[in-house]
Amino acid sequence: MNSIHDMGGMEGFGPINPEENEAVFHYEWEKPIFGFFFCLFAGGQINVDVFRHAIERLGNLHYLEGSYYEHWLGAFQTLLVEGGTVTIEEIDAKMTELKGDAN
Amino acid sequence: MPHDHHYDPLPDTELRVRALESILVEKDLVDPAAIDLLVDTYETKIGPRNGAKVIAKAWTDPDYKTRLFENASAAIAELGFSGVQGEDMVVVENTDTKHNVVVCTLCSCYPWPTLGLPPVWYKAAPYRSRVVKDPRGVLAEFGTTLPDSTEIHVWDSNAELRYLVLPQRPAGTDGMSAEELEELVTRDSMIGVKVIAAPA
Repeated sequence: MNSIHDMGGMEGFGPINPEENEAVFHYEWEKPIFGFFFCLFAGGQINVDVFRHAIERLGNLHYLEGSYYEHWLGAFQTLLVEGGTVTIEEIDAKMTELKGDAN
Repeated sequence: MPHDHHYDPLPDTELRVRALESILVEKDLVDPAAIDLLVDTYETKIGPRNGAKVIAKAWTDPDYKTRLFENASAAIAELGFSGVQGEDMVVVENTDTKHNVVVCTLCSCYPWPTLGLPPVWYKAAPYRSRVVKDPRGVLAEFGTTLPDSTEIHVWDSNAELRYLVLPQRPAGTDGMSAEELEELVTRDSMIGVKVIAAPA
């Protein structure tokens, strides 16, 4: 697919700014997303090809605004919903529930 | 917006992760203990020290180096490094006239068994977009300046094929053991954005 992910040769993204002694994960929420990859792969809910295809369908704005593991999160949600494993309503309801717990 | 290392999550990312994790655990599709183990493995066991062992062996064992170019995945597996995101490896060698640098313009393909998980800059738009168009400019941002006579080859990784750069062995290291040489090998030199300095 030809979309924003195909970045080779584009201009205007600014300096690279490599970080010294960078941590493997930068936020706690990145860790479960990383783990989902292996669990869902082992469980047969995803494979490399459908995962890649789902990343490429994220939408240009989300792709640019989101970070690496947010791309993964979006792809997992797409594939789990398309595969009938979860529904968007289930996710929304759980988010509302967890948000309530936090207040 | 992710800009260099101080990227912030989108507004509902953290909540969405917790919700999805909770649902997947309820459905018995995700095991939190397995996630903890995976995270620990990639934080502490699988990283660029693995790749450094491959490089030091290639520098000190000519037969190994031959095998590394014949079948990189098999030669790397000899040292115990194989598996996810390193199934099909290719090693490219730096010389006095040729320098190699690796990118994944489409995403962030990276050889996990030898280098671990990629740094943020490798996954972000500035590096991915620019290194294929202006490799010398990008290398300069890493403090790397090569002679104009050195050809730069940029290798674009993909979901199947992953590259590892064999850096040049620095001068003044003739008497060093493979173990000592390993310590000189950096992650960035195996991606190809830096060269290895001679030991002080």
